[in-house]
Amino acid sequence: MTVPELHEITLRVNGVAYRTRVPARRLLSDCLRHDLGLTGTHVGCEHGVCGCCTVLVDGQPARSCLMFAVMAEGCEVTTVEGLAAPDGTLSAVQRAFAECHGLQCGFCTPGFLTVLTAFLTENPKPTEEEVVEAISGNLCRCTGYQNIVAAALRAAEILREERAEEIVAAGDGDGAEPERAREEAAE
Amino acid sequence: MKPPPFTYHAPTTVGEALGVLAELGPEGKVLAGGQSLIPLLNMRLAVPPHLVDINRIPELAYVRVDAGGVRVGALARHAELERHAGAYQAVPLLRQALQLVAHPVIRNRGTTVGSIVHADPAAEMPAVLALLGGTVELARKDRRRTVGAADFFLGPLESCLEPGELALAVHFPHLPGRTGTAFVELARRHGDYALAGLAAAVTLDEDLRVAHARAAYVGVAPVPLVVDLTDAVRGVSAAGERSWTLAGRLAQSEVQPEADIHATAEYRRHLVGVLTARALHQAAQRALPEPGPDRTETTP
Repeated sequence: MTVPELHEITLRVNGVAYRTRVPARRLLSDCLRHDLGLTGTHVGCEHGVCGCCTVLVDGQPARSCLMFAVMAEGCEVTTVEGLAAPDGTLSAVQRAFAECHGLQCGFCTPGFLTVLTAFLTENPKPTEEEVVEAISGNLCRCTGYQNIVAAALRAAEILREERAEEIVAAGDGDGAEPERAREEAAE
Repeated sequence: MKPPPFTYHAPTTVGEALGVLAELGPEGKVLAGGQSLIPLLNMRLAVPPHLVDINRIPELAYVRVDAGGVRVGALARHAELERHAGAYQAVPLLRQALQLVAHPVIRNRGTTVGSIVHADPAAEMPAVLALLGGTVELARKDRRRTVGAADFFLGPLESCLEPGELALAVHFPHLPGRTGTAFVELARRHGDYALAGLAAAVTLDEDLRVAHARAAYVGVAPVPLVVDLTDAVRGVSAAGERSWTLAGRLAQSEVQPEADIHATAEYRRHLVGVLTARALHQAAQRALPEPGPDRTETTP
């Protein structure tokens, strides 16, 4: 058997630059877990159906089992490990999952958290139907969808509250802005 | 499962890619979004010795709206085309169909050209190209050619793309005035492959009655099957609820569905009838002229 050719790649994961050597066939999911030791990204079906391995590639959710590590050369990758603040404070989406019992066995959770993090940035005020559509590519085998949907809606609420507080804290403008922000958050 | 070993090439220009593909011939396979190819590799259903990754060729990542319709480069992702306001305005069927292509996460990476070249008879975008009579631009080192949808799809997962060729772009022509479109399908889970489905286009005459109707079917034939349904619905009033079932019956006689674990052939044929009526009705509604400003701005 011939030894496969190795490719040297550089990628930033959760703000940290990594350089590693991988065979071309190394999936990004395996590179994250085995080469970089970031085992928060879970591997389920390995053909793009379950969504457990979803990470953010340059801010966009992508299946890490449907990308080769060599394709991520130079990319900015965010895994579930990168969602919390550097001091360990959980993100709004993570807190909402804890609050609403959105995780059961936890296997599918990293995929749901990354997908919803990107989704709520794009759509800060989703309807329940839009949430269902956003997570339609992720499978939860505990059938915990009800609480996951509730968590997503709660996360959107927390994010709006935080944003309103930020505007109040900034305190400038015509004075009406914090009021509007609070009203919007409450809706 | 894990993909088999292969030699990886990452050209940075179209010229370089065509050079590599010419050298590799039948040994080379183009990798774009990878959302169909990598599952095939992971399941070892495909074992290409060489992969030519075109993701580093930025000149192929474009969506352009021109006088004739919408041109989509080989690296334009489904999500980009779906969100493109100009493309939606020129060819609304693109967004109507893309919303049904897999899941949002898959659409972030999957490419429209890749989906068409993959030629899956159950996929939405080949049917869109077939219905609109679009074209695919193919290039090899010494020659370029443009192939119409009718000649492009040869069979399940088989297009007329030859070894050494690269699909550079596809062109979706826009439809004549007073034409509405719809994409309707039935899948077990939103985003999964449809048990059956169709893209439909209905053109109305001056009296807002059907002048022309046709549909392209997914999941019920070896290639995207285009059927002219005009005879069954000519003269039908677009505003009416009834009269579309006859077109469904005509379509049922044209399709050749197969049975699999998810549905019997008979059930798929039944779906073709129901979905055809639904899609034609929806398309006809959309072909009606927009209500003028005097009709929308009524005082409460």
